[in-house]
Amino acid sequence: MHEVTIGIAGAAGDGLDKSGDTLAKSCGRLGLYVYAYNSYQSIIRGGHIWLKVRVGDEKVLCHGDQLNVLIALNQDSIERHAPEVQEGGAIIFNGDRIKCEESLVGPGVQVLALPIAEITADLKVKYGPIKPIMQNTIAIGAAAFFSGIGVDEPSKVLQDTFAHKGQDIIDLNIGLLTVGYEYAKKNAKVVMEGWNFSGKKRPFLTGNEAIALAAYAAGCKFYTAYPMTPASTILHWMAANQTKTGIVVKQCEDELSVINMAIGAGIAGVRSMCGTAGGGFALMTEAIGMAGIMEVPVVCVEVQRGGPSTGLPTKTEQADLFQVFGASQGEFPRLIVAPRDIADCYASTVESFNLADKYQLPVLFMSDLLLSEHPETVDAELMPAEVKIDRGEVVTSWDTAKDGKYKRFKFTESGISPRAYPGTPDTLYVSASDDHDEESILISDMFTSPETRRKIMEKRMRKVALMLTELKAPVIEGPTDADVTLVCWGSTSGVVQEAAERLTAQGLKTNFICIKYIAPFHTKEVTELLSKAKKKISVEVNFTSVMAKLIRMETGIAMDEHINRYDGEPFEPQGLVDRIKEIMENKALDLDVSEADAKEMAYHYLRTHNFEKMRPIAASKEAANGKGEPIWVVELAERVTGKKAGSMKIGSRTGSTYSFEKVEA
Amino acid sequence: MATVIELPVETFKGPVDPDWCPGCGDFGVLKSVQESAARLGIKPDQLFVVSGIGCSSNLPGFIKAYGIHSLHGRSVPVATGAHLANTEMKTVITGGDGDGYGIGVGHLLHAMRRNLDITYVVMDNQIYGLTTGQASPTTTKGHKTKSTPQGNIESPLNPLALGITCGATYVARGFSGEPKHLVDMIAGGMAHKGFALIDVFSPCVTYNKINTYPWFKERVYKLEDSGWDHSNFYGAIEKSYEWGDTIPVGLLYKTDMPTYEDGEPNLQNGPLVKAKLGADKKVFEELVNEMI
Repeated sequence: MHEVTIGIAGAAGDGLDKSGDTLAKSCGRLGLYVYAYNSYQSIIRGGHIWLKVRVGDEKVLCHGDQLNVLIALNQDSIERHAPEVQEGGAIIFNGDRIKCEESLVGPGVQVLALPIAEITADLKVKYGPIKPIMQNTIAIGAAAFFSGIGVDEPSKVLQDTFAHKGQDIIDLNIGLLTVGYEYAKKNAKVVMEGWNFSGKKRPFLTGNEAIALAAYAAGCKFYTAYPMTPASTILHWMAANQTKTGIVVKQCEDELSVINMAIGAGIAGVRSMCGTAGGGFALMTEAIGMAGIMEVPVVCVEVQRGGPSTGLPTKTEQADLFQVFGASQGEFPRLIVAPRDIADCYASTVESFNLADKYQLPVLFMSDLLLSEHPETVDAELMPAEVKIDRGEVVTSWDTAKDGKYKRFKFTESGISPRAYPGTPDTLYVSASDDHDEESILISDMFTSPETRRKIMEKRMRKVALMLTELKAPVIEGPTDADVTLVCWGSTSGVVQEAAERLTAQGLKTNFICIKYIAPFHTKEVTELLSKAKKKISVEVNFTSVMAKLIRMETGIAMDEHINRYDGEPFEPQGLVDRIKEIMENKALDLDVSEADAKEMAYHYLRTHNFEKMRPIAASKEAANGKGEPIWVVELAERVTGKKAGSMKIGSRTGSTYSFEKVEA
Repeated sequence: MATVIELPVETFKGPVDPDWCPGCGDFGVLKSVQESAARLGIKPDQLFVVSGIGCSSNLPGFIKAYGIHSLHGRSVPVATGAHLANTEMKTVITGGDGDGYGIGVGHLLHAMRRNLDITYVVMDNQIYGLTTGQASPTTTKGHKTKSTPQGNIESPLNPLALGITCGATYVARGFSGEPKHLVDMIAGGMAHKGFALIDVFSPCVTYNKINTYPWFKERVYKLEDSGWDHSNFYGAIEKSYEWGDTIPVGLLYKTDMPTYEDGEPNLQNGPLVKAKLGADKKVFEELVNEMI
């Protein structure tokens, strides 16, 4: 694959996401594929934001592990990311404000310090002072040059982006883009060229936007939510477009209200959906069971983020599987689906509405921060405007004289009881959270009828087996005769696929299985697939390998090894490749603090203890010296001068900070 | 305005007879809700009766209408969802003081400030009955219950003051022992456009030995008999604190304000449940184009 990765680093409030959008949309319009990942923090201004935009001429499966072009918007970003830029790459920054020390630059990397004041002198005369945020556009111009995408397409994107702000703003922005592009062209060499632009324009959207768009296509009329990252962008999209879509969008007082309102609307007969993150879902669980016993169609999106509790609010994780699986007391049929990429978010949302209606049950739609918030180019034909809408068995009129009394929960062979929307004459019933008989009369109020309870329970549970027959079973992806089989779910499938392909290309045949349906589970099919697998390794963004546990529970088959990541960041392909090779060589996982880890921990300490004028420059290991573990001694230097400023001692196993010493000036 | 055709009250007789304790105040409330619907000519298939959990929350099972017998404390959001999905139907919430003023009070505040066109009838017996007699949010100070054997040390919540200050546009109190007056209160609430909170003294004959029928009969008087001006916001708040030898029942406060439904653009073209499903192709294309 012909590809380039552009990284943009800065602080929150620097307008980085917009800059990334300009680049990504330009590539998307040219017919290239884009996958962007924004590593951000729970802060409105400040902090560190790291946006990676990976561009390729084939479908890009993850944000990868390359860095070819770096745009650094502050000093911190230079220090953190300049060393990552690969040979042949380039570093772009505002030369008037930021310094890039030579020691940070790898061999064969070009350094482009933009003389912002100088190159914007003419624009300043015409449009007035250039605001700091506008410098991003200059850097984007330079990045467009290095990436070999030309200046025309980004200019058109800016034209569209600022169309509502008037011609002056458009001209200014295109002017800024152009000076950046031209300056780079005059002073540097391109990093990537020779693209084959297919010209097939692809929308660039996040998983959450795909879910919202699909909900609209599927006939969703009611969306409820309480703000919570990383589900909020569904709410934002829904609210921004509600006058176009006709969807009633309701921000509620809490998640209890969110799910209960959605269920109320579901009972009334509209397609309703709600969305939340793990913490909000925890509040919703009681109502999920209510939707189960009342047989109400409702779609509930649970976007996972780093837990437990408030956890890592803006970081990704896949650790909520058992929370969702175990949601609510008692047993009831429900569908738990975990889509794997953005196109799948679209298809699965449509499917969720159809299955919710057909089987009259709650659908729990599991996403994660990476899937929900990262934008990607998607082939437009994978997101059709016209989709199948199947509302299941619906009674539109009822003739009591002919058909007898309408029974909302009629005991049927399929377990599905034809549903009448309230308001349909002669179909009165109560939707009760107490268990009930066919006619919705409570069966354990004054007297309990064990026989009726058995039959209503069996009726409801019959829907599970029937639904499973129409769900697509997981398959082996990659070579069938592989030495290694990776097992994953959700957004991890992209990086797993890339790692498997790299390993296979390197001679270690690797395939993978992605589990999409968590409940009901394809026990038979997964058992068959895994029985044939040689080395089974689960790959999950969590500590306890929850999917591997589920598989073991459902099939009795245990994984041979587990690969886990729980630091808030998604996997990168090379990290997986390396670890899988280690596993094949029976190497145990090294959890000790590496030199790079020690430096990062020192960074964290410096930032959080107001020593931001220092940075770690080197680390060396020394003996335990009574601390019970070998110690990393991290040398600290003054940020600008590079002069020795102090040192820190960090435990090489526990990571504990033992000391911080400043050199007195 | 369409002419109201009253229905016989038998229209609303439910499939099952109530299983409340003999003498329970809730019988009177059930009958009043049925009579109110009959008086207003609301057909059973155009009526949603939504409850939470508790003795009184069993009411939807005893009335002929579409019912939702939801979770403890969640009747308000469930009713809100059902109502917004089908604004053609009349939505009435019925439940108790524990359900509405305790576990569910968070939702109640917001439903009132939204001024949804929903009527909420709270059967207030100042006790948790179904769980056999613990203190509730409206249990008076000093009242000895199973959970407060030394006497309740918390002050009771004032539902009427809560309703007036939170934005309910119809706030009334009734007494199960005054059935005719109670029908006036409930029917008035159902006819009112906006959120109606009707707190009803509905004595628990089993677990509340203090706030009994005779206790109330000695104290309650009707605001309507004293020429009360229910348009006075501050006066109504003050009046809502009258509690002792005399306790007012009646319509305390009423005002006309735009409802939530009035402000929601997507509810102006008929009920959501009747809206066409699926995306408009042109709109969809526009939305996708914004992403390119």
